Amino acid sequence: MYELLWLVPALPCAGFLILALFGDRLPRRAAPFIGAGSVGFSALVSFLIAYRFFTAPPEGEHFSQVLWTWMNVEGFTCQFSLYLDALSLVMCLVVTGVGFLIHVYSAEYMIDDESYAKFFAYMNLFVAAMLMLVLGENMVLLYLGWEGVGLCSFLLIGFWYKNPANGRAAMKAFLTTRIGDTFMAIGLFLLFVQLGTLDIQEMMQRASQQWAVGSGVAVAAALLILGGAVGKSGQLPLQVWLPDAMAGPTPVSALIHAATMVTAGVYLIARTHVIFELAPSAQFLVAVVGAATLLLAGFAALAQRDIKRVLAYSTISQIGYMFLAMGVGAYAAGIFHLVTHAFFKALLFMASGAVIVALHHEQDMFKMGGLRKKLPVVFWTFLIGSMSLASLPIISSGFYSKDLILWSAFASEKGSKALWFAGFAGAFVTGIYTFRMVIMTFFGEEKTHVHVKPGWVMCLPLVILAICSTFGGLMEIPSSIYHFPLFTHFMESALPAAPIPHEGLEHAELMLQVIAVIAVLCGLSIAVVAFGVKPQIARAVVATPFGAKMRDLLFAGWGFDWLYDKILIQPFLRTARFNKDDFVDLIWNGIAALSRGVHSLLSETETGHVRWYAATLSVGALLALAIVVLL
Amino acid sequence: MASVPMEHALVLAAVLFALGLAGLLVRRNIIFMLMCLEIMFNAAGLAFVAAGARWAQADGQVMFMMILTVAAAEVAVGLALLLGFYHHFKTLDADAAEGMRG
Repeated sequence: MYELLWLVPALPCAGFLILALFGDRLPRRAAPFIGAGSVGFSALVSFLIAYRFFTAPPEGEHFSQVLWTWMNVEGFTCQFSLYLDALSLVMCLVVTGVGFLIHVYSAEYMIDDESYAKFFAYMNLFVAAMLMLVLGENMVLLYLGWEGVGLCSFLLIGFWYKNPANGRAAMKAFLTTRIGDTFMAIGLFLLFVQLGTLDIQEMMQRASQQWAVGSGVAVAAALLILGGAVGKSGQLPLQVWLPDAMAGPTPVSALIHAATMVTAGVYLIARTHVIFELAPSAQFLVAVVGAATLLLAGFAALAQRDIKRVLAYSTISQIGYMFLAMGVGAYAAGIFHLVTHAFFKALLFMASGAVIVALHHEQDMFKMGGLRKKLPVVFWTFLIGSMSLASLPIISSGFYSKDLILWSAFASEKGSKALWFAGFAGAFVTGIYTFRMVIMTFFGEEKTHVHVKPGWVMCLPLVILAICSTFGGLMEIPSSIYHFPLFTHFMESALPAAPIPHEGLEHAELMLQVIAVIAVLCGLSIAVVAFGVKPQIARAVVATPFGAKMRDLLFAGWGFDWLYDKILIQPFLRTARFNKDDFVDLIWNGIAALSRGVHSLLSETETGHVRWYAATLSVGALLALAIVVLL
Repeated sequence: MASVPMEHALVLAAVLFALGLAGLLVRRNIIFMLMCLEIMFNAAGLAFVAAGARWAQADGQVMFMMILTVAAAEVAVGLALLLGFYHHFKTLDADAAEGMRG
């Protein structure tokens, strides 16, 4: 069974090749079958392998498959090999499972698009690259997948390239993540030079043997890897590309910019957690970055008008939670949140996509409203996703994962009350912006007429993901309710166990849960009151000078774009403009200008007057004579 | 026979040459310019003759004969050019032929 592992990335890759090479010649109806089918079979193989992994785990709880030798240079061999353990298995299931549902959804969503086959080709290539990223046994393969998903992200953000704004958004995403990628590449060079291998498991082993805790090399390596993770996952300070990435088609936002690719940074940190364990200061920085990001992005989501931008900021915020978990050493909790987040965020994006299509590509929430009766399936699934995002207790998967992160942030040795409080405040804000979105979209009076209703092809993935978002959290039930740590237990073979809570905190867990639940419910009721029952409250807040200023600041995502424009882009453009004609060329251009000047001066003496020539001739002769006589 | 000092002859030659040159530069009429050229030729010839007399050598007079021949050839070519010039430009003003400037 495990020998079929190569099929998991190979099937989407084959789908990509077929669609890319023959997409134009195939009948239009074949494209979604090839596109979604390849990912579907890949998901099937993943599930079979997962079943096998549960019932009869391979030796040492991991399985590696060498396909061929990729390159063999003197002293350095790089195998094209796949590595399967609990972590990559979970990632595989998410990528192929959620990916398949999104492909099915796209079959209807993109049906009127002229580049139907091209869309599925890009999507398949993305899934193949993402699977390469999570299954690669060495860092080179991981980096191949890493760059592959970056490329697909670029192609798909700019999919509707005829609008120049989309092209700019794609470029912004590509360039911003490139900063992180450069950090990561330098980190890989450092690791290779220091440890002499790029095989991830071998690397981790050697690192823990050779490096002392807190040594400079370990900190440097961890920081460089963190740089890559921050870029890809849209964390501070490189988060600016993600809201603009919503220029792509909505299934792309669901798959790439919510469920899978942006979580690659979290996966990378979990994969190299040994290095972060060796560099406590870097790991603390991970937690701080996560906490700061989840708060800033959560507040920024409060002021957005575009429904997809709200979701984009909430994605940044939720990945901040995952980073927080990584930072306090609760790797399994972070991955758990990654999984539930993939469910509910893909659901939310696809449901918002259904709304956008129904309203004839209207994305402004201020022009929506009252869609509850018109689009019942979308409303209920969106509501379930929102409950999960806001982590309403018991009935949503987001509750279980976010609670685990909050508890780890509070109780683990690397956690602190401040980190817990950041997560707690984030949960409160999440409650507000989530239900602001729900109320503005689905309640109140109808402002835009419903154009088309989504068909069953679009509704089916919504329903399946709604079920996952509701019950997915039951994989892990906190001990305060009913001790059932299935997920963390399963992850233990790949990731160290969640830190053991201090003694005497048994009751604290339940108490913290109750506090967090109250915060979420408070946020929810504030949203209901301020945006639903009495909208004049929100209007009054915004009408005050301070409120208006805050709204503008938050709407602009805390002005990071403005700041980067001022300190990076403008100076660069100014320098470029200043040096438009290359500085060094001044010398060569100067020589040319000099000879041209002398030439025109001399040609002035060619007057055509023969008497003038005679005069100059005699003056010249006189001068020559004078020189001979006087010297 | 009281010989004329060479210096006097040379000064006269220099004055003649300068006059010829000045005339050449100042006059625009080609006929006058040719005449000025003749004056300059003869100034040079006078200098040769004076020098030949001073050192009692025949070379100075030989050179004068040479100059006379050259002057004759020059006048022949010059007058031919002048005729062509007049035919073409309908004037004898040398400045009229300035078409080949810079």
